[in-house]
Order: sequence, then structure tokens, then C-alpha cells
Amino acid sequence: MEYFLQQLINGVTLGSIYGLIAIGYTMVYGIIGMINFAHGDVFMVGSFMALIVFLALLALGVTFVPLALLIVLILAMALTSLYGWTVERIAYRPLRGSFRLAPLISAIGMSIFLQNMVQVAQGARVKPLPPVITGGYQFGAAEGFVVNVSNVQIIIVVTTIALMVAFSLIVSRTPLGRAQRACEQDRKMAALLGVDVDRTISLTFVMGAALASVAGLMYLLYYGVIDFYIGFVAGVKAFTAAVLGGIGSLPGAMLGGLLIGLIETFWSAYFTVEYKDVAAFSILAIVLIFLPSGLLGRPEVEKV
Amino acid sequence: MSDPHAGAAAPSVFGVAFKDAAFAALVALGLAAPMLGLVTVQTQSGIELEQHWGKVAIAVAIVFAGRLLLNLTLWRPGRKKSLSYVPPKVEAKLARFAKYLAPLAILGAVVMPMLPFTERYAIDLGILVLTYVMLGWGLNIVVGLAGLLDLGYVAFYAVGAYSYALLAQYFGLSFWVCLPLAGILAAFWGVILGFPVLRLRGDYLAIVTLAFGEIIRIVLLNWYWFTGGPNGISGIPRPSFFGLDFDRGDDGFAATFGLDYSPLHRIVFLYYLILALALLTNFVTIRLRRLPIGRAWEALREDEIACRSLGINTVNTKLTAFALGAMFAGFAGSFFATRQGFISPESFVFMESALILAIVVLGGMGSQFGVAVAAVVMIGGFELFREFSDYRMITFGLVMVLIMIWRPRGLVSTRSPSVFLKEKKAISGSLVQEGHG
Repeated sequence: MEYFLQQLINGVTLGSIYGLIAIGYTMVYGIIGMINFAHGDVFMVGSFMALIVFLALLALGVTFVPLALLIVLILAMALTSLYGWTVERIAYRPLRGSFRLAPLISAIGMSIFLQNMVQVAQGARVKPLPPVITGGYQFGAAEGFVVNVSNVQIIIVVTTIALMVAFSLIVSRTPLGRAQRACEQDRKMAALLGVDVDRTISLTFVMGAALASVAGLMYLLYYGVIDFYIGFVAGVKAFTAAVLGGIGSLPGAMLGGLLIGLIETFWSAYFTVEYKDVAAFSILAIVLIFLPSGLLGRPEVEKV
Repeated sequence: MSDPHAGAAAPSVFGVAFKDAAFAALVALGLAAPMLGLVTVQTQSGIELEQHWGKVAIAVAIVFAGRLLLNLTLWRPGRKKSLSYVPPKVEAKLARFAKYLAPLAILGAVVMPMLPFTERYAIDLGILVLTYVMLGWGLNIVVGLAGLLDLGYVAFYAVGAYSYALLAQYFGLSFWVCLPLAGILAAFWGVILGFPVLRLRGDYLAIVTLAFGEIIRIVLLNWYWFTGGPNGISGIPRPSFFGLDFDRGDDGFAATFGLDYSPLHRIVFLYYLILALALLTNFVTIRLRRLPIGRAWEALREDEIACRSLGINTVNTKLTAFALGAMFAGFAGSFFATRQGFISPESFVFMESALILAIVVLGGMGSQFGVAVAAVVMIGGFELFREFSDYRMITFGLVMVLIMIWRPRGLVSTRSPSVFLKEKKAISGSLVQEGHG
């Protein structure tokens, strides 16, 4: 039971990270109907930005951890957003209205570019970060089994919930969110009614990249090591999460992320660690085949 | 970045171009400063930052100059934009010329190993290029003809390679028995993996095939007792020439034909083997395009809904494309295994799929000749820039993006119809509007 609880906590933490990345996929898919294949690599860039900013702050002598984390969070979000914006501007915007596989192929190219750019610029070796946030809480020490909840896990889950609420409010309450939802329904009509479609799409990419960078920061804090290749597997899993929750739906992405995180953790805990990626990838296939609209998504109506 | 036409007071062209370039340079500064300027290095005491501001300056300068130059030349406001960079007429003429180019290229490939100045290195490179030509042609059936984006094509390549390696290891079967078996097994896997994903839309299909490709790789990696896991399989038997081995023995190839033994014999034999396999792939594809199934593929690529309403069985059509594409990958895989003598899951990563896909896309989806040219250019280019191995992948990714922007239909994008009324007219691919399905 304690083992189960421990895995549950680990799974929720992992799921929060996946959920944050999945939001980027789901928002972009919702608004322009393409899979942003490079999003996983934007997440990877985000985690590198977090590491670099953190080390720069250390070098500058900022050692008060909460302040440092806050600055890292803001700067990493800003810098990664710039990457997200540029990727959209260079690789996707010129292809709007091109044939249907073009943006996806361009996105694969962008993903390869980002991965190798980071490899060349920052080196291929894994980058360890010594634990920044230590400590945590223990439960059930008396019964022999111990359930650990580390402070990092608490921070990850709380930040995720806060960001989820904030972004849900942006999408449902602000003019930007209204423009996004309008573009999602009918881009041409939205343009006719005075919505700046290009700007809205750009901002969607910026939001997705910002959330991915937060996920990158959390990944860095949680695992303590990153390399240039983390974006690929995390990206596919987050995409699975977005599909599982129903692509285009924000709460769905979060729910899907949690489920994928839990499934992966429990699979590793009770079956085999080696095949945890197989579990996640199989779920993607199964969901797409039997439940193409996901858990919370609306069924897609094909228009001719 | 905003539209240069937007300026109400119509400032000078140079002013607008300069402003835009300055903005781009600013963005480049933001992108490059942390990534290129502050490099994380591992030291004895932990991890530290190293400063490289020179690189940042170079990157920003390149972006600024490049953007300014483009703004003043290619992107100059008011410059007439043609739909296609090559006029359709010229393109059609090129296509007619290509009719003679293809036999010439085949002839060149056939005589290449016989030329006196050909070295072993050139033949080895030729084998490598031809393997990718064959893979490109195989994937072309799936992506180019049927329009199904398959990101896990390398899985079938792996199935073919492992089929031969395992059959040879456990049952001692020879290459010539295993070659068709590997093709059949790969085709079988193509059907198995293809069947569940047929209802999916183009980009969903891509991700699921990617997932399948990764699953197969992970299984090969972790199934230690059967596949050898990350150690792979070594000592895979070499092919024989109608039962004659390429060795020094008295019943070897060299002794039978009264030649002096040379290791080059096997290399040349392998070269002709892969050439024959590749040409077989090409031949089958060209013939299939004329059959109803091939026409159904192309119709499916253009508009799936129209296909369905015209009574084409889309399930069978897609499955045959998947199975045939997979079969040729299986052939290529078993060839790969017998050539290398050693295989491991490391040869079948996603990058390989992306590379083969890039060959098909760059060559012009559906164009056999274009795919061959793209394979030669890409693999040859990779070999040429071997010393700059760090940068070639960056360039590779960037080229994929640029080709999609510049010519989304690939380099050779003419569509020559397989059915025509009076005369055969090739049309530029950029003039073809594609339906959604």
C-alpha cells in the first residue's frame, strides 16, 4: 500500500510535467490542426535555458533559492517563448495553406535542427545540476514503509496547478483567448471579423513554449540531469497525453498527462522499467484506434 | 517581421529592409545569447558556464546581413512572385529529358565498378547510396504514391535485417532463402501495423507509425536472449554467388572461375546485388502505377473522400501500399545485414526513418528519378562532409525546412499522369491542388 502511494505521488509529479508539455501540443493542434513535432525539442531548449540561467545566477552571486527560482522561471519562459515564436515564424507560417504534410515534415526538420544545434552549442554530454531544493516530508515511518514527498514534487504539482488555472483563465476570459477560440472554430471567418489570425497563432506558440519551458525547468529540478535528446521521448509521450485527453482540450491535456505519468510510473514499478516507453507508445496507438477523440475531446467532424 | 507593404507613409525600401533586418538581428541575439554565448561545461568542481560571445556576434551578424540582403533582393516589395521557380514549360521539357537521363544513370551505375580508376571506397559508397535509393523507392510507394506519411519505416528495415540474422543464426538458412522470407515477414508486419492505423488522418498516422517504429526498436533492444539486445548479432553469413562462396577455398568464387582471389569480388558482387534489388523496386513501382491498384494509390493521395465515394476500397488500397513498402524495406534490411555482417538496434533509430523520409520528400514525392537523385545528393553529401559531422545534421534539419518552404512538392515535382486522353503532358506539381482526407 505504501509502495502504491509512493508510486502514485511519483506518477502525479511526472504527469504534471507531461501535462504542461501536452498543453502546447493541444493548443497548437486546436488552432491550426497540425502536430508541432518540434514542441518536444522546445521543451528540451526550455530545460537548457533554465539550466543556463540558473548557472548564470549562481555566477552572479544570487544564492537565495526562492528568488533564483523565480528569476529562472521568468527568464526561461521568456527565452523559450522566443524560440517558440521563431520556430513558428520560420518553419510554419510560410507553409500555411501548403499541402497537408508540408508543415509536419518542416516540423520534423525543425526538431532535428534544434536537437543538433543544442548538441553542438552545449555539448553532447549529460548536464547534471546538483539538487537545488532539498528536503521533504515523510509519512508512515512508524509502520516500517515510508512514503516520501519531496519538496520538489510539491513545488512541481503546485506550480502546475497554478499555471493550469492561469492559462484556463486566459483562454476563457481574455480577448486573446476569445480570438484563439474564434480561430480554432473558423480561421477565415475570424479574420473577416477583425481577429489578427497570424498574431493569435504566434501567441499560441508563445504560450505553448512558455509552458514547455516550465516543464523543462521542472524536469531539470526533478531528475537533476538533462541532455539534448530528452525532447524526443518526452515529446512523444506528451503528445500521447494530449491525444488521450482529447486533442484541442486544455483540461484534457492535463488529465491525459496525469494518466500517462501514472501509467508509466506504475508500469515501471510493477512490470519492467525497460518497456515503460513501449507502454506509453502502445497507449497512443490504442487510444487513436479506439477512442480517436480522446477522453474530453469533441468528435472531429470531417468537412468536405 | 510585419508585412513590408503595411507602412502607410511608404518609407524607402532600404529603410524598411534595414528595420526588418535589425529586428531579426535582435531576435537572433535573444536566441543565441544564452544558447551559444553561455556554454555549460563540466569541471571538477561541478558544472560551470563558459562565455563565448564571439559566436553570438557572428550569429547575429549573419542573420542581420542575410535578412538585409534577402529583403533587398528576393523579398523586395513589388517583386513579381512566380508560382513556381521553374516555369512549367521548362519543367515539362526537363521531364522529357529525364526520360533519357534515367537509362543513362542506370548505365552509369552498371559500369561504375568496372571502370579502371574506381576504388574500393567508391564501390562501398555506391552500395550505401544504392541501399538508400532502394529504401527511398520503397518508402515512395507509401508516402509518394499512397500519400500515407510513415515515420516508422525503419522498423520494417529492422524486421528484414533481424529476420535474416536470426534465421541464419538459429536455423542456418542461407541469404538467398532468407531474402524472400525477410521480405514476406516485413510485409506481414506492415499489414499488422498498418491495419489498426488505417482510419487515422495523415498526421496522426505519422505519429503512430513513429511509435510503432520505436516500439520495435525498444523490443529488439531489450529482448536479450533472443536478439542479443544492445550487443546485436554478429557473424551474419555473407551471401554466396549461386552457392560459390567468396573465399580463398578451392570451391570458392575465385578458384572456380580461375581468377586470383581478391576481397574486391565480394564488394562488387554486393554492389550488383543491391543495384538489382533497387532496380527491381523501381520496376515493380513503375508497373504497379499502371495497374488499378497504383491508380487507386494516387487517387487516395489526392483525395480520400472522393476515393471512398467512388467505391475504392481504401482499406485494401492502404494496406497493399503499406505491405509493399514494408516488403522492399525488408529486402533492403536483409541486404544490410549480410553486407555488414553485424547488426544492432542502433542502426534502426528514428533518425534513419527521418533520413529516408527526407530523401523521398526532397526528391519529390512520387518521382522515382527525383528520389534517386536525392539519395545520391544526401548520402553523398553526408560522406563528403564527414569531417563536419556536428554541423551536417544541423544543415540537414534546416534543409528539410527550407525545401518545404521553397518547394513543398520536392525538387522534381512534375506529375506525369498515368492515364491521359490524347497526349501525355507532365504538369508542375505546384499547380496541383490537393484534397484533404
